[in-house]
Amino acid sequence: MVSGLHNTGLDWPSIEALLNVLLLENSTTAKVVISTTVLGLASGLVGCFLLLRKRSLMGDALSHACLPGIGLAFIVMTQFMGLEGKNLSGLLLGATITGIIGVVLVMMIRNTSRIKDDAAMGIVLSVFFGLGTVVLTLVQQSPGYSAAGLESFIYGKTASITQQDADMIQAVAAVVFLCSVLLFKEFKLLCFDEGFSRSQGWPVNGLDVILLALVTLVTVVGLQAVGLILIIAFLITPAAAARFWTNDLTVMVILSAIIGSISGWLGATLSALLPRLPAGAVIVLVAAMIFMFSMFFGSARGVVRRWLSMYKLKRKIGRQHLLRAVFEIQEALCLEQSKDPANVAVPFKTLLNHRSWTPKRVRQLLRQADHEDHIDLIDGDNVRLSESGFGEAARITRNHRLWEIFLITHADIAASHVDRDADSVEHVLSPDMVRELEEKLDMLGIPESPHYIAQAARGGPA
Amino acid sequence: MPDLAYHNKPSATPPLREDDHSPRAPLSIHDLTVAYHRKPVLWDIDLDIPEGKLVGIIGPNGAGKSTLIKACLDLVPKASGLVQVYGQPYKRQRSVVGYVPQRESVDWDFPVSALDVVTMGLYRDIGWFKVVRRKHKDIARAALDRVGISHLAERQISQLSGGQQQRVFLARALAQDASLYFMDEPFAAVDAATERAIVTLLKDLQSQGKTTLVVHHDLATVTQYFDYVILLNMRVVAAGPTEEVFTAENLHRTYGGKLTLLAEAGHALSQIKRG
Ligand SMILES: Nc1ncnc2c1ncn2[C@@H]1O[C@H](COP(=O)(O)OP(=O)(O)OP(=O)(O)O)[C@@H](O)[C@H]1O
Ligand SMILES: [Mg+2]
Repeated sequence: MVSGLHNTGLDWPSIEALLNVLLLENSTTAKVVISTTVLGLASGLVGCFLLLRKRSLMGDALSHACLPGIGLAFIVMTQFMGLEGKNLSGLLLGATITGIIGVVLVMMIRNTSRIKDDAAMGIVLSVFFGLGTVVLTLVQQSPGYSAAGLESFIYGKTASITQQDADMIQAVAAVVFLCSVLLFKEFKLLCFDEGFSRSQGWPVNGLDVILLALVTLVTVVGLQAVGLILIIAFLITPAAAARFWTNDLTVMVILSAIIGSISGWLGATLSALLPRLPAGAVIVLVAAMIFMFSMFFGSARGVVRRWLSMYKLKRKIGRQHLLRAVFEIQEALCLEQSKDPANVAVPFKTLLNHRSWTPKRVRQLLRQADHEDHIDLIDGDNVRLSESGFGEAARITRNHRLWEIFLITHADIAASHVDRDADSVEHVLSPDMVRELEEKLDMLGIPESPHYIAQAARGGPA
Repeated sequence: MPDLAYHNKPSATPPLREDDHSPRAPLSIHDLTVAYHRKPVLWDIDLDIPEGKLVGIIGPNGAGKSTLIKACLDLVPKASGLVQVYGQPYKRQRSVVGYVPQRESVDWDFPVSALDVVTMGLYRDIGWFKVVRRKHKDIARAALDRVGISHLAERQISQLSGGQQQRVFLARALAQDASLYFMDEPFAAVDAATERAIVTLLKDLQSQGKTTLVVHHDLATVTQYFDYVILLNMRVVAAGPTEEVFTAENLHRTYGGKLTLLAEAGHALSQIKRG
């Protein structure tokens, strides 16, 4: 197994190297790791608003539109200005310009033709990326090309981050942080209800421009680290992951920033340890892993949580149905013999006929109830409630009947108050209301409240 | 955008200038034409809405009812015409106008609570860059209480029923404490109890002297709810006090040959005679 891994061509780091990276001992590594962490924070913040504004694809179009700008800037700098092609600010300026042109084109296509948003973005995205590839192919032969490392913009190469880049990333992160805090409420309204925001006089277009400008900034400074193909994933994934944990925008934004930072930190650390792995891909994979984890285990909308609560609910309903069924049968049996209701044995067959249960389902319910110590199986054909089961059954039946009456007599206010899941009506309705309902139970000729019956059966005060 | 933060909220009924001879109508529209993609959907609309009325905007699907409201609120460009709110352009009167959009116009899956949404009605008062304070939340909570769902304040909005979501939108408009309200189909897909609650609220607003325009589809309840109606189908077919304007002939002219709707109109008219 171990030798198999060695054959992949990856150099596995020694413990020493591991500590070196984790403790940020090497200043180059420290610079890279801190940069990507800060970048993750910024992209997590701005990604939230981008996601909720439903502009994710716009971010994608923007980043792909950066490619021709990089190539063209290289040409302009080397051919016309006699500069070195490696000049980073020049390259990023080019990227910004074509990126913005791409976004403007998307808006123009959308506003002047009947082509829909997604189609417009798709067109711009692929045309600009194609254009960029052509330009890069053209300049491949020119001197200084390989030194400039233009390809690293496509897939990202954290190792090439310089002090200048690191400073730039930190400045951008500061701007993004400041805007997210100051314009939090404005962005929130913009993303939720554009029409209302506009009617209130907020400059919707201006806010959109600010948001897209922030996305552009993060994209451009992120090109070095993550690369233009994957930067959109770095923007959107932390936000999407955060959404699984919360239903509150403030919490979501904070979480998204944290998830972004962790992805940036862990991704850069891993790729520092395993230099042959492309950094951008590793960072995005870490983010994707956090996303997957959140999707399953997220506390607000995670799949597992949904399954679990569904399962619990089913179990609870099953238990309530069974206990109520047994109790009602007992009630009927005792009434036949004009006795006070008591915990008499109930034949399995009667139970089976009481509801449209299959024999298998009844056995399953009985097994579950036996497990919960609510039921005593007397012999193969008869069941009886245990002492705690009888109390529980009486409570459930009473609750059920009170809710039933409530729904009938208070149909107008019912919907917002009925919570049949609540353990007892008393938790939801006022004592006066419960008393009123109990009186109604009597009037309608429904057997007296089982609550008291149960107490009587146990010899308590009636 | 300076008008947002520095705008002083005028009192509910702005004082008349001396040279004003007639009271300024809450809403007056002159020669309004609105077009999407060159196709006009509203033609030469002329309206003066008197103060303190509960106004029904009635018309078939696609008649331009939503568009009329959006044009008043500068949400769609006007091809021509003039809209005045208390004698001034809308953009100088934003703080006295409340708006309840159609419920489907937003994504209810958004990560905010009912209280958050209602608070959005106050963002204008709060102003740029400032945060929401406790006093704003208290106002929002009171508004939720007025629509009867203060117990759902903390609930995420996707976990509300359609009727409850509608109430949240109403509460947001109430929190604005406006004197002219536009409501786009507040009765859409709500049950009888919610409808009654909303009507009570509307009459309540009216008794406070506020003017409310409501897009409404159920012809059978028009006479019961509204004391003023606008019959709209690309142009204003008729507008005026309900008893004068809500006639078989006008409904016929509004709904044209749409037979099922005419049957409904007939039913509505039989209600008028009885009422
Ligand atoms: N954004 C838009 N772009 C193009 N046409 C539009 C747009 N919005 C509305 N329309 C057209 O304008 C006309 C009026 O629409 P509007 O939404 O105002 O109707 P409405 O009276 O509110 O209808 P409904 O009762 O269905 O809500 C319709 O023919 C519609 O097709
Ligand atoms: Mg409409």
